[in-house]
Amino acid sequence: MTKLPDKKGHYGEYGGRYISETLMPAVMELEEAYAKYKKCPDFKKEFAHYLSEYVGRPTPLYFAERLTEKAGGAKIYLKREDLCHTGAHKINNTIGQILLAKRMGKRRIIAETGAGQHGVATATVAALFGFECEIYMGAEDIVRQAPNVFRMRLLGAKVNSVDSGSRTLKDAMNEALRDWVTNVSNTFYIIGSVAGPHPYPMIVRDFQTVIGKEARAQIKKATGRLPDLLIACVGGGSNAMGLFYPFINDKGVEMVGVEAGGHGIKSGSHAATICGGKVGVLHGSKSYLLEDKYGQITEAHSISAGLDYPGVGPEHSYLHDIGRVSYTSITDKEALKGFKEISLSEGIIPALESSHAIAYTMKRASLMKKDEVIITNLSGRGDKDLGTVRAAFGEKI
Amino acid sequence: MSKREIKGRISERFAVLKDRGEKALIAFITAGDPDIKTSEEIILEIAKAGADIIELGVPFSDPMADGPTIQESSERALKGGVQLPDVLKLVKRLREETAIPIVLFGYYNPVFVYGLSRFATDAKRAGVDGVLIVDLPPEEAGELSKELKAKGLDLVFTLTPTSDAGRMKLVSENSSGFIYYVSVTGVTGARSKVGARIRESVREVRKYSDLPVAVGFGISSEEQVRGVSKHSDGVIVGSAIVNVIKKNIKDKNLPMKVGRFVSSLKRGTLGK
Repeated sequence: MTKLPDKKGHYGEYGGRYISETLMPAVMELEEAYAKYKKCPDFKKEFAHYLSEYVGRPTPLYFAERLTEKAGGAKIYLKREDLCHTGAHKINNTIGQILLAKRMGKRRIIAETGAGQHGVATATVAALFGFECEIYMGAEDIVRQAPNVFRMRLLGAKVNSVDSGSRTLKDAMNEALRDWVTNVSNTFYIIGSVAGPHPYPMIVRDFQTVIGKEARAQIKKATGRLPDLLIACVGGGSNAMGLFYPFINDKGVEMVGVEAGGHGIKSGSHAATICGGKVGVLHGSKSYLLEDKYGQITEAHSISAGLDYPGVGPEHSYLHDIGRVSYTSITDKEALKGFKEISLSEGIIPALESSHAIAYTMKRASLMKKDEVIITNLSGRGDKDLGTVRAAFGEKI
Repeated sequence: MSKREIKGRISERFAVLKDRGEKALIAFITAGDPDIKTSEEIILEIAKAGADIIELGVPFSDPMADGPTIQESSERALKGGVQLPDVLKLVKRLREETAIPIVLFGYYNPVFVYGLSRFATDAKRAGVDGVLIVDLPPEEAGELSKELKAKGLDLVFTLTPTSDAGRMKLVSENSSGFIYYVSVTGVTGARSKVGARIRESVREVRKYSDLPVAVGFGISSEEQVRGVSKHSDGVIVGSAIVNVIKKNIKDKNLPMKVGRFVSSLKRGTLGK
C-alpha cells in the first residue's frame, strides 16, 4: 500500500498530471529533484533542523482529560499541530518545499491560500530564506480571513486578490497556476495540500508524515500500544494524510477523515467532496469533486475557509475506494459546537477546520470503551477565526 | 512522427492551402458567447470571411490556461446555460451550412463527465473534426485518443517554449491534424508583442513532426498574423476575436463585424 503513487503519479485511477504542456517540464523537473534530494543526507538534515529549531517540533501529543470526561468514552489524545510556528501544520510542508526550491535555484515563490494558513506558512519561509513571494487568495477569503492577510503582508509577501469565479480557494489555485505557467522558468509553486499534479500530492504527503511518525512514537510511549482510531479534518487533506500515512499498514487502526458538511450534505451547500461528490479532473489530478452533471465545478461551502474547496487529494479518493479510510462530514453548526467545547474544557481555541475533527471526536468517543484510544489531529489554532466565530455566535458568546 | 494517421477535413485543408501557397487562419470563439444562436451566425460569417479552421471553445467553470478575455467569454456562455451537449448540437446545425473543419477546444472535465466513448460517438455524429484538450497531456490521453481514433477524429496536442526534445517527440507521436505551438509561456490573451524565436521553434518542431504546425497565443493583428505565417503552416487567433465580440456585444451587426475582423486577419496568411 505504501508503494503508491505509481511512476506516472497515479493512486489507482486517481491522481496523475492533468496540466497544460507548458507546465509538464516543470513538474517533471520537480519530480526528479525530489527523488534526488529526499535521499540526500544533507537535505534530510536541513529539513529536520528547521522542523525542530524553527517550527518547534516535535509537537506534543496531549491527553485531553476533561474533553475525554465530557465525551464519557474513549481516551482522547490531541496532536498539537496548533503549536507549530505560524499556528498550523502547513509549515511542515512549506519548509520542505522551500528547501527544494533553494536547491533547484528558483528564487520566486508563489502559493494559493484559502484560510490563509498556507499563505502565512509560505510567506514565512520565503522571508526566512529571503525569497520573493506572491500569494493568491480569493477576494471572499480576504474578507473573512483578514488577520492572515495582514500577517502575510508583514512577512513581505504580495497578496493578490482573486476576483474570478467563486472568489475562494479554487479560484486562487487557478490564478496561481496562471502565474506559474507565465513565470515557470524562475518560479517555484508551493502547493499547500496533497492536491495538484504529480508529484505534489506525494511530496506534500511525505513532508507532512512527520505528524504521524511523531504521534505513533508518542502514543506508544504514553499508552504502550497503537491507537484504535485516528481522526482528522479533510479539505484538500494534508493534515489527515500526514497523520494517517505512518499508520496505514497497521490493520487495527481505524481512520476517519472528517469533511466539511456546511449546511448539510442534502442542502447542496457543503464542501464534503468524498461524501457528496463525484469523480472528475481539476487542478492537475483526477479525484472526487463537487461538480454538476456537465462537469462544471460547483461552489463549495464551509464556515471554515480552509475546507472550502470543491476537490480533495487523489490519495484520499483512493483510500476511500479501497475502504482503508472512511470519510464522514460535520456541519458548520456541529463544528462551532466543537469549537466551543474544546475552548471551554481544555483552554485550547482551535481552528474552525480542526473543530470539525473535534466535533466528530466527541461523537465517536462517547460510543467507545474507556480503555480505547483516539488520536485527533488538532491541525491549527483558532486566532484567525475569531471574527467568523464571533459573528456566528452573535451575543451568545 | 505522428502515429495517428487520420485523413480528415483538417489535413485536407492544410494540403489544399499548401498547394495554394497560403497559410491556415484558425479562428477561435467560445460556443455560446454571447449566446448560442449568435455563435452560429458568427461562425458562418467567420467561415465566409476566409477562416480555414474553426476552434470552438467549450465553456468551463475553471479555465486555468486562459487569460481574462477568454475567461470572461466562458463565463458569458455558462451564464446562458451553454454546455457540451449544446456545443455538439451547434456543430450539427452548422454542418447543414458549412464544411469548414471544426476543432473543439476545452478542458478535460466536461468531456470526462460526458463519457469518453459517448463523446467520441456524438462528436463524430455532429460533424466535429478534431479535439484539443488543454489540460490533457499525452500521458493521460490514452483512452480519449483511442476513442477518437476509432471514430476518425483528430486529437491535437500543444508544444511550448518549455518543451524539450523528449516532449517534442512524445507530442509529435501522439498528435494528429496539426500541432499547436504555443508561442509564449503564459495564458491566452492578445499581446502587443508575439513571442520571439518563432522561426527557430517551429523549425525545431519540424525535426520531430511531419504534421502542419500552427502557432497561437498572443496573436491579435493582421501584421502579427503575417509575421508568424512566414514561419508556420497556420496561425491561431483567439482572444483578439473574442475582444471584438465583447466590444460589439449589443450590436445587431455583431456577426458581420467579427467577420470583417477575421477577413483582415486572413489577409495576413496569403503570403503576399
